[in-house]
Amino acid sequence: MRLQYPPNIRIVRVPCSGKVDLIHILRAFEKGADGVCVLGCLEGDCHFNSGNLMARRRVEQARDILNSIGIGGERVKMYNLSSSEGPRFAQYATEFTKIITDLGPNPVKLAKNKAA
Amino acid sequence: MIVADKKPIEEIIEYLKDHSNILVLGCNECVTVCEAGGKKEVAVLASALRMHARKEGREIKIDEITLERQCDREYLDEIRDVIDQYDAVVSLACGVGVQFTAEQYRSTPVYPGVNTCFMGATEERGLWTERCQGCGQCILATTGSICPVSRCAKRLFNGPCGGSTDGRCEINAEVDCAWQLIIDRLKSLDRLDEYETLCPLKDWSKDRAGGPRKVVREDVQQ
Amino acid sequence: MSVKTPSKLEKILSEGHLAVTSECGPPRGSNAEHIIKKAELIKEHVDAINITDNQTSMTRLCSLASCIRLKLMGLEPVLQMVTRDRNRIALQSDILGAASFDINNILCLSGDHQSFGDCPQGQNVHDIDSIQLIQTVRHMRDEGKFLGGDDLDGRPQMFVGAAANPFADPFEIRVPRLAKKVAAGVEFIQTQCIYNLDKFEEWMKGVRDRGLHEKVYILAGMTPMKSVGMAKYMQKRVPGMDVPDEIIKRLQGVEKGQQAAEGIKICIEAIQRLKEVEGVAGFHVMAIEWEEKVPEIVEAAGLYPRPKVD
Repeated sequence: MRLQYPPNIRIVRVPCSGKVDLIHILRAFEKGADGVCVLGCLEGDCHFNSGNLMARRRVEQARDILNSIGIGGERVKMYNLSSSEGPRFAQYATEFTKIITDLGPNPVKLAKNKAA
Repeated sequence: MIVADKKPIEEIIEYLKDHSNILVLGCNECVTVCEAGGKKEVAVLASALRMHARKEGREIKIDEITLERQCDREYLDEIRDVIDQYDAVVSLACGVGVQFTAEQYRSTPVYPGVNTCFMGATEERGLWTERCQGCGQCILATTGSICPVSRCAKRLFNGPCGGSTDGRCEINAEVDCAWQLIIDRLKSLDRLDEYETLCPLKDWSKDRAGGPRKVVREDVQQ
Repeated sequence: MSVKTPSKLEKILSEGHLAVTSECGPPRGSNAEHIIKKAELIKEHVDAINITDNQTSMTRLCSLASCIRLKLMGLEPVLQMVTRDRNRIALQSDILGAASFDINNILCLSGDHQSFGDCPQGQNVHDIDSIQLIQTVRHMRDEGKFLGGDDLDGRPQMFVGAAANPFADPFEIRVPRLAKKVAAGVEFIQTQCIYNLDKFEEWMKGVRDRGLHEKVYILAGMTPMKSVGMAKYMQKRVPGMDVPDEIIKRLQGVEKGQQAAEGIKICIEAIQRLKEVEGVAGFHVMAIEWEEKVPEIVEAAGLYPRPKVD
């Protein structure tokens, strides 16, 4: 569709959002990601039944852990959309980028850079 | 199985504040089943601890190993060659594993990463409930296989008390009245007349009250 | 039934009179004045006074010390003893302590769970349960021995009681539970306070069918309602309590200032009705923090003056 969306999004493709495990989200932050967003099918419409529901739970677990260690649970978010909804993808991408930009860089990355 | 629950990460961070070479040691048995201390939980905890430390500007090395279990020497021996690299271990095993690990590796501090709660069963994923307190003298044959020691809040042997309401315990409407369960079961087994048998006084010396216990089987000792 | 102890309560019951007992809650402190005052209010209208034992797990002056106070006033106490707070050593010890002051009545209870009280983080003991406590007192009195087997020097001459709750669940087990207590050796029963008279009479029928009323004296528990608020609270919030809607409606039907008097009236009517029930040997009038009403209730129910026994 050639829609515009912010260039700083690194896409990792998975067969189902349910394939994303809690540790994957945490490792992304460990390696310096400023934000992680998980995109899954609309609830009730999961291609593999309920993978997107598992993903939602894991995103919530990640949120709790990030809050408890002071990284900020708002940096992880889940969005649901249909794979045909190109404009909505662009909208979410833009929205999420704004959220993360407002939050600032990942404190782990900041500390790593400071130390280096 | 032994049911445990994750400790709040703030508590674990506090234990580790003076350490910089840490081994997070998981267990593949009970704590894996109750999703508190298995391989997955080890990875998550290690990642979170690393991020927290780096954010604080602390240099820290955190490794992850999960043993089959931590209550048998054979498995704990598997880390004998590497243990000296670490100045602390966080064991996600139950209280038994934490202690036994510490006994094998006396010069390394071993901290608990979970709160060990009780012996229980999986009612459904995410819900584990208590069934046994290890009183040392099982009376399940007389109570329709339902334990009043672990499931009655007052561990009555000739219950129920006057607070039983609608099959629930007076302490909490979500808790079953153990004696209602016993009565229902005796009824379904057509043995309700056994209800009136007076239960004799319990010998608590076989329980915790008698002091730390042991089981010896000379027939299998080498 | 012939008497086995010097208990005044036992004597009155054995002579066929309807007995009347009441209860006092000890103070939340060491000031014994409270107990003395409450006992003074009711002493002419009851045969024996129960002293509760850390009721609802709220720490109070202990039942044993309060009973000694009553004894020193020349009154007849009933020592309530719960198994929640003491192991079998302490229970036997306190029984002997009570007996050494000639306290002749004991009520054996399990006790409310400590989560209801002021020390929810405390341990609960429950070394033995209320039925095993009944057996223990009988053993000490009749065999003259400790649980451990040794002879004891001076048997506790105690008339042994327990509680019964015809309204707790499951209803079908409430008569068998009484049978168990009788088999364990209980000699008198005080029931939980009764508002559902039909249900109580149904329980009494079950009791009579098994001949239990001839083996144990049953005192019906009575508590007057002070207000519609109290009635609603007891209906909804107190485990094992059965308050029929008619009671609430009746209290709602009078203006606020009259509710207490109506509550007393309901209580008196209940006593009048239950006097006629075969197997009811007396009444246990519980008017906690309202002890001054006990004389009025006892008199209006035709239970005054109390019989004199030596």
